Amino acid sequence: MNSIKRVILFGATSAIAEQTARQLVAQGASLYCIGRNPDKLTALIDDLKIRAGDTQCIDGSVADLTDTQQHDRLIDLAEHRLGGIDGVLIAHGTLPDQRACQADFSLTRQEIETNALSVISLLTLLANRLEQQQYGVIAVISSVAGDRGRQSNYVYGAAKGMVSIFLQGLRNRLAKANVNVVTIKPGFVDTPMTAELKKGGPLWAKPEKIAQGIITAMQNGKSEVYLPWFWWGIMLVIKYIPETIFKRMSL
Amino acid sequence: MSTPHSWNRLPRVTADATHTLTQRTASIPDDLPRPLLAHGNGRSYGDVCLTEQGTLVLTRGLDRFIGFDPLRGVLRCEAGVTLAEILALVVPRGWFLPCTPGTRLATVGGAIANDVHGKNHHAVGSFGHHIRALELWRSDGTILECRPEDNNGWFAATVGGLGLTGLIRWAELQLMPIQNPWMWVESQRFTNLDEFWSLNRYAEAHWPYTVAWIDCLAQGKAQGRGILLAGQHAAAQTELPQFKERSKRIPATPPFSLVNGFSLRAFNTLYYRQPVKPQGALTHYVPYFYPLDAIQHWNRIYGRRGFYQYQCVIPPREAEAATAALLETIARLGEGSFLAVLKTFGRKPSLGMLSFPRPGTTLALDFPNRGDKTRHLFEELDAIVREAGGALYPGKDARMPASLFQSGYPQWETFKKFIDPGFSSRFWQRVTS
Ligand SMILES: Cc1cc2nc3c(=O)[nH]c(=O)nc-3n(C[C@H](O)[C@H](O)[C@H](O)COP(=O)(O)OP(=O)(O)OC[C@H]3O[C@@H](n4cnc5c(N)ncnc54)[C@H](O)[C@@H]3O)c2cc1C
Ligand SMILES: NC(=O)c1ccc[n+]([C@@H]2O[C@H](COP(=O)([O-])OP(=O)(O)OC[C@H]3O[C@@H](n4cnc5c(N)ncnc54)[C@H](OP(=O)(O)O)[C@@H]3O)[C@@H](O)[C@H]2O)c1
Repeated sequence: MNSIKRVILFGATSAIAEQTARQLVAQGASLYCIGRNPDKLTALIDDLKIRAGDTQCIDGSVADLTDTQQHDRLIDLAEHRLGGIDGVLIAHGTLPDQRACQADFSLTRQEIETNALSVISLLTLLANRLEQQQYGVIAVISSVAGDRGRQSNYVYGAAKGMVSIFLQGLRNRLAKANVNVVTIKPGFVDTPMTAELKKGGPLWAKPEKIAQGIITAMQNGKSEVYLPWFWWGIMLVIKYIPETIFKRMSL
Repeated sequence: MSTPHSWNRLPRVTADATHTLTQRTASIPDDLPRPLLAHGNGRSYGDVCLTEQGTLVLTRGLDRFIGFDPLRGVLRCEAGVTLAEILALVVPRGWFLPCTPGTRLATVGGAIANDVHGKNHHAVGSFGHHIRALELWRSDGTILECRPEDNNGWFAATVGGLGLTGLIRWAELQLMPIQNPWMWVESQRFTNLDEFWSLNRYAEAHWPYTVAWIDCLAQGKAQGRGILLAGQHAAAQTELPQFKERSKRIPATPPFSLVNGFSLRAFNTLYYRQPVKPQGALTHYVPYFYPLDAIQHWNRIYGRRGFYQYQCVIPPREAEAATAALLETIARLGEGSFLAVLKTFGRKPSLGMLSFPRPGTTLALDFPNRGDKTRHLFEELDAIVREAGGALYPGKDARMPASLFQSGYPQWETFKKFIDPGFSSRFWQRVTS
């Protein structure tokens, strides 16, 4: 069991990260929250401070994470405030407008910068620190969409797929340093990111449920987790449909 | 998620659109169809939280605490926070909600908009009495901070304002200190209404919380028999029992109501025969205040056709006669209710223009929806309430005639000036047309 008492959250204002933060605080953790929107971040931190006990430290800073130049400084700040790092959750992301991306490469590039490159920059720096300290957990929210490219969503899928594969390699490397690397693959989650989609039915999960799964996976040092678990079965089927058939389907 | 409905699942209406709020400072997009209506957690029994046109604005995502002063017990939070979330935060720190309805799954916004009451109304008034401030967003973009001491009418219109004055974004509550999460409760059986009145008078003078449950199927000499529960927060003590919360759920909606003459008679008789504890006992606050919340989706037992709640208040002078007449009518027409709840309100005037609580006696009953039979019963009950100068509770209504609303809420025309022109509800259209 990893004890995760000092945690950095990137994209802390995401619905999934916010629920994770609340549950971590209830378990006595100290948090450093990084978010892009200052109003949302203040509301989040004020709320967490009220939920937290006197000895827990809750702090954070505003940053656009596509600005990779800032990453090193942010991690320094967080480590300093928390007095060390036991765990990290990287949660920020955007759901691209696939059609708009098909029409305009600059949009595609932007999406890949947000969903993949900014994450890889953070991972590079965090990996080196945790490798040195010889303990810790790094969890990243990828997606089931990264398991296979589909016509409706392949820019997002490609970015998440890049993150998932990067994490595989990193896990392989950091296993030797007693550092766990956890890839989180949620299915459909009812959050602002999916506000435009029609929701309801058994495939949709609440962010608090996903948050629970994230914390358990971090504590248990899991490698890859599908959340909820049944997406493992769904993706197994989807991954094994032969390409000759897959290309004629409209997924 | 699936279409929002009210707790009694009646009426079944769908708005043109729904919009989920997650940030209190975010404005509601102009291109959403109007009128708007806030929907908290849908714990009302009827259409105050529903609209057939425009956009239902879902507020549960506004669930953050904004400020808490643990020394003075002042809590500011977003309007979609539930009472359960507040209790989970403040009870371990020695504070409690000074006023709570019989469900902790109501949101703060919903509790303000219906100016809800609890078992201690006679001691502390209703929810609005404990609000220090609230923020109201109007559809023209204006933001108003309203406090009880303001005399421009906005606070009085918004407390009990049925969501019509705009969107409440946050509120500041004054909490009440407690020693521990336990209640000291005494229960006593009474064999008829006369006995209830005398027991109740005594209990009200001595206890902060009182409420009675009535077997509404008993007739003749036993008419109005029931159990009176009087409670207070337990004093500090060295040893307290263990409490573990358990919850059950009704997994699916049966095609027909499981509540029928047979199950009602059995339930009411068993409930009446339960052992009472006149010498008192410690009860944890959760089962004491929220017995029904322990069964998730209990509203499903009424089947697909849903059910009605009928809650009226009768002024003190008429209370005894009218209560007897109401119970007689229900028994005569062979209808019955699982939980008939009887309570007297105190004299503290409510702050809201349309607040339901007022001096007198309130009776609340659930009835399965049996179509014309049920509607006929309500017409007879309405006649008694009207004659006695009483009123029905909008938060628990899906059918009252416009005339009964208007006679029960004489300030409704003054209130109209405060309605946000971009807001409306099915309830309001029904009772003002
Ligand atoms: C088991 C049970 C027991 C109950 N016991 C009691 C009781 O003892 N006493 C009592 O008074 N009531 C009682 N009720 C009724 C319940 O407390 C009220 O109906 C309450 O208002 C429900 O809150 P909600 O958040 O679910 O609001 P909803 O039902 O969703 O909405 C209620 C009203 O509030 C408005 N509203 C909601 N949020 C906002 C906002 N942010 N801004 C502006 N308007 C808003 C809506 O437009 C609507 O008019 C009980 C209900 C149940 C299910
Ligand atoms: N919802 C789903 O169905 C689903 C499924 C699988 C995976 N996921 C993944 O889960 C994660 C969390 O998303 P969510 O569902 O919780 O949605 P969300 O609430 O919309 O969260 C996304 C968050 O990412 C932040 N963000 C975006 N770009 C950023 C940037 N450049 N710098 C800093 N922060 C940035 C957003 O900040 P702003 O508030 O400032 O915009 C927002 O807080 C994402 O990685 C998402 O891809 C979601």
